[in-house]
Amino acid sequence: MNKIIKYVITDILRNKIVVIYTGFLLVASFSVFSLEDNNSKGLLSLLNIILIVVPLVSIIFSTIYMYNSVEFIELLVSQPLKRRTIWLSLFMGLACSLSIAFFIGVGIPVLIYQANWIGFTMILTGIILSIIFAAIAFLATVKMRDKAKGIGAAIMLWLYFSLLFDGLVLFLLFQFADYPLEKPMIALSTLNPIDLSRILILLQLDVSAMMGYTGAVFKDFFGTSTGLMFSFFVLLSWILLPVWYSTRKFNSKDL
Amino acid sequence: MITLKNINKQFGKLKVLDHVSTSCDQSECIALIGPNGSGKTTLIKSILGMVIPDSGSITFNGKNIANNYQYRDEIGYMPQIGRYPDNMTIGQVLGMMKDIRGKSGELDEDLIKAFSINNLLNKRMRTLSGGTIQKVSAALAFLFKPSVLILDEPTAGLDPVASELFKEKIISEKDKGKLVLITSHILSDLDDLVTRIIYMQDGKLVFHKSMEELRRDTGEERLVKSIAQVMISNYE
Repeated sequence: MNKIIKYVITDILRNKIVVIYTGFLLVASFSVFSLEDNNSKGLLSLLNIILIVVPLVSIIFSTIYMYNSVEFIELLVSQPLKRRTIWLSLFMGLACSLSIAFFIGVGIPVLIYQANWIGFTMILTGIILSIIFAAIAFLATVKMRDKAKGIGAAIMLWLYFSLLFDGLVLFLLFQFADYPLEKPMIALSTLNPIDLSRILILLQLDVSAMMGYTGAVFKDFFGTSTGLMFSFFVLLSWILLPVWYSTRKFNSKDL
Repeated sequence: MITLKNINKQFGKLKVLDHVSTSCDQSECIALIGPNGSGKTTLIKSILGMVIPDSGSITFNGKNIANNYQYRDEIGYMPQIGRYPDNMTIGQVLGMMKDIRGKSGELDEDLIKAFSINNLLNKRMRTLSGGTIQKVSAALAFLFKPSVLILDEPTAGLDPVASELFKEKIISEKDKGKLVLITSHILSDLDDLVTRIIYMQDGKLVFHKSMEELRRDTGEERLVKSIAQVMISNYE
């Protein structure tokens, strides 16, 4: 298993797109921190960039990489290797390289300017987000045989998680404005890893004071250590469930 | 060595394998012949565990291959179109396969030498021609001294010299007691190689005969002519 992970990581880290992605994150982080006089504000701007770019790059890159590796996977399947080992090694390889890219691009600048609990949470959620969207990409590739369809599905999924979902939530909020929605909102936020990450980090920042009553309810829940544990558990299951399901599908897939 | 019992496989509405049963033994060189889309590659892929049959069982040395992977240690497979990671060099691909198989000691490097692959070790896979990739695939199939060789259209892209060398290698491996399964449309290539013929059509196994039987039944000396006769009689 380790051997395949090693080959996947060396292959991806040589990939131009990953190098450009890392460079972009580096430039964005450093410029955001040097533009704002308040580092905490800088972190907030960086958060908005990360929540758009990281899922997008993770899901699209992983999908394309998997479709380009079809022949490599076929080659591995004809060798004395378990299918589960092949699939999980590919996933680990991709997840590791995307996490490394994120850590170099965002982690290092954040550690330089904001080496505290908030910065640390942000690096961790960024890495988890990278892995979650790689896992979702695996789901898309195992379901769709056709490359164009698979990439389309990946883009739709990204669009859903970063834009459409918020629209739906707003719609619900306005429709049911007469009812107390604060508690259901917590449940709703677990359905979207991007939202959950955003809440998780915003609550650590001072701006959470401006989020009104919902913000207070959120703070009440996510601010406690139980809430924090709960949200990390939810994020983890966003990784484990797609990976588990796609591994099961891959085990009986015809190549 | 390999026994297939009642294999069925459907892709959507298309029945690719229809109640295929047969068995293959050691020291044989078996040709899988049939028109395009007759299910030859699917059959090979089922033996390799790349395609999972809807029903039926495949046993390898007496063990069922379902949910088993170790048996593939005994198989050398050369795909129809070998494609490898673009960014890797030939040397890295060979190294990776050795790594995966975990065998470094006794390797069969005859074909690597014969095709002088050692001069190309630093070439990236994406820069190689189709024929060179075929050579790499062939060398990889034989490298780990497997007891079964599965070759899917092996001679299609090879130049005449390489093709001759390759055929000699196949014959010498068969004489060592190995089982060679080979599909090809170039029947003249198969003539001096094969000992048995499996003929498939529309996913059905039409017959599995030895060369002598086929010669006797069709009254033709050359494989090309006997198969042509079979094909024409089955074409309607």
